Amino acid sequence: MVNRDLPRVGVLALQGAFREHRRVLESLGVQVTEVRLPADLAGLGGLILPGGESTSMARLMDEYGLWDPLRDFHASGGALWGTCAGAILLAREVEGAPPQFGGQQRSLGLIDLGVRRNAFGRQVDSFQVPLAVRGLDAPFPAVFIRAPALTGVGEGAEVLATHMDTVVLARQGRVLACAFHPELTGDVRLHRLFLEMVRLEMARLEMVRLGMVREEPAQEAVPAL
Amino acid sequence: MTQTPHTQTPQTGTPALKEGFAEMFKGGVIMDVVTAEQARVAEAAGATAVMALERVPADIRKDGGVARMSDPRMIREIMAAVTIPVMAKVRIGHIVEARILEAIGVDFIDESEVLTPADDQFHILKTDFRVPFVCGAKNLGEALRRVGEGASMIRTKGEAGTGNVVEAVRHARTVLGEIRALQARPAEELMTLARDLQAPYHLVQHVHAHGKLPVVNFAAGGIATPADAALMMHLGLDGVFVGSGIFKSSDPERRARAIVKAVTHWQNADVLAEVSENLGAPMTGINIDSLIPEERLAGRGW
Repeated sequence: MVNRDLPRVGVLALQGAFREHRRVLESLGVQVTEVRLPADLAGLGGLILPGGESTSMARLMDEYGLWDPLRDFHASGGALWGTCAGAILLAREVEGAPPQFGGQQRSLGLIDLGVRRNAFGRQVDSFQVPLAVRGLDAPFPAVFIRAPALTGVGEGAEVLATHMDTVVLARQGRVLACAFHPELTGDVRLHRLFLEMVRLEMARLEMVRLGMVREEPAQEAVPAL
Repeated sequence: MTQTPHTQTPQTGTPALKEGFAEMFKGGVIMDVVTAEQARVAEAAGATAVMALERVPADIRKDGGVARMSDPRMIREIMAAVTIPVMAKVRIGHIVEARILEAIGVDFIDESEVLTPADDQFHILKTDFRVPFVCGAKNLGEALRRVGEGASMIRTKGEAGTGNVVEAVRHARTVLGEIRALQARPAEELMTLARDLQAPYHLVQHVHAHGKLPVVNFAAGGIATPADAALMMHLGLDGVFVGSGIFKSSDPERRARAIVKAVTHWQNADVLAEVSENLGAPMTGINIDSLIPEERLAGRGW
C-alpha cells in the first residue's frame, strides 16, 4: 500500500536491475518513478542508480544529457544511492575503464571515493557472503556480481562495510554507494536506511524553506547509523 | 567500527548469483561479434554484453556445414578487448564445449540451436556448472524444461540470421500468452497442465504464482532495426540479443547505438523516430516461408 507520508523516490531506469529496486521500494509503501530523461527527476526526494552495466548506462546518460541534471538534483538536496554499476556512476574516479576509452570513464563525482571495476574477477568468481555492516545488528546477505571495489575513500566519506579488507559500502552526506546488490536479496534494511536519509534531508530542506534553520551542511542531516 | 567476524565463507556459482547476474542485462542489448574490433564497437555503443563467435548466424546459414564452439583463443582476445561481460555459444548437449568455456572464464554460455546440435535428445545439465547459461525456447514448456535443467536466462529462438523478426514475435507471444493462460487456471488443474506442457510441476506452480518465468526472458533471432527491438520490449521481454543485425548492416556503429537507445526508450515514440532516421541499409534478410524445414534453426532443441 502506498504511504503518502513517504517521499517519492526515483530509480534510474536506463538499463539493469531497476525493477528489483522498484519492487523493494513499493513493498515499503514508496511511490516510485522510473527515470530515463531529465524531466523525470521532478518531484523526487531520492534516486537509486541500480546495477547493470556502467558503460551502457553512461552511454545512455550521454545521449540524453543526464549528467548535469543528476548533479543539480544532488545539489538541490536529492539523496542518491548507487548499487554496483550505480556506485561506479557516483564515484569520483573509475579504474578499469574500457582500454579503448584510454582508461577514462565518465562519472558523477558525487561521493569522495574511487571505484575499481570488476575488482573481484569475472562472473565465475561472483560470490555471496553474510556481510557485517556498521549499524546493523545482524550480517547483511550481500550478493557480489562482477563487483567493483570502493577505493581511495576520501575524508568526507565514511566506510560502513568491508569484505577482505576492501571497502564495499560507504556513505557521504546524502549519498550512499555499495558494491553489492541489496535489491536481489529480499532484505530491506539498506532500503529503509536510504529512505530515512531521503526523509531527513527533505525535512531539513523544509525547515530551511520555512526559515526555521539556516543552511547547514548536509552531512548532519543524515541519520546516525 | 563494530565488526562481527565472518562465520561463513563466500559461496560461488549459486542460483542467486547466476540468476541475479542475468537480471543485470535487463533493458539492454547483447551483440554478436566476431572480432575484438567489433567487440570494441559494441562496447562503445552501449552493449551490455557481447556474444563472441566465429561466424554470425547469417554466415553460418550461408556457409553450411557443422557449426561448433568458437576457437578459445578468439574468445580470449575478445575478453581482453572489452570490460563488459563476454558470452559464447556451445552446441546443444555438448557438455565438454561448456566445460572449456567455463575454464577460460566466459561470463555466460548460450546453449544454442544456431550451432549444430551435438545431442539430438538431451540438453546440458546446467545446474552442474558455476557459469550461468542462456537457452532458447519457442514455448512455455520448452522454457521451463530449460530452467529445470538450470538455465539462468531464457531467450526466444526466433529464426537467427534471417533479419526477419516474425519468428521471435511468434515465440514471445506464445510464451507470454501461455503464461497468461496458466495464470487463469485454478491450482488443482496445474498438474495436468504440467503434463500437457511437458514442464516440471514446481516451475508451473511458480509461473502460476508470479505470472512470469522464474528467470529473465530476452528476445533473439531476426532483430534488425531499432523498431524491431522496441517491438520485442513492447511485447513484454526483458531485453534483446542482436546477432547478424548489427554487423551485417551498412553502418554497424550507428545502428548499434540506435538499438541500444530504442531498448531503453521503447515507450517513447519520439525517441524511436529520431533513432530510426538515416541508419543506412539494414541486413538484407530472408523470407522465412522460403526456408525448407532443414534450414530452420528454431526446430532444434528438445
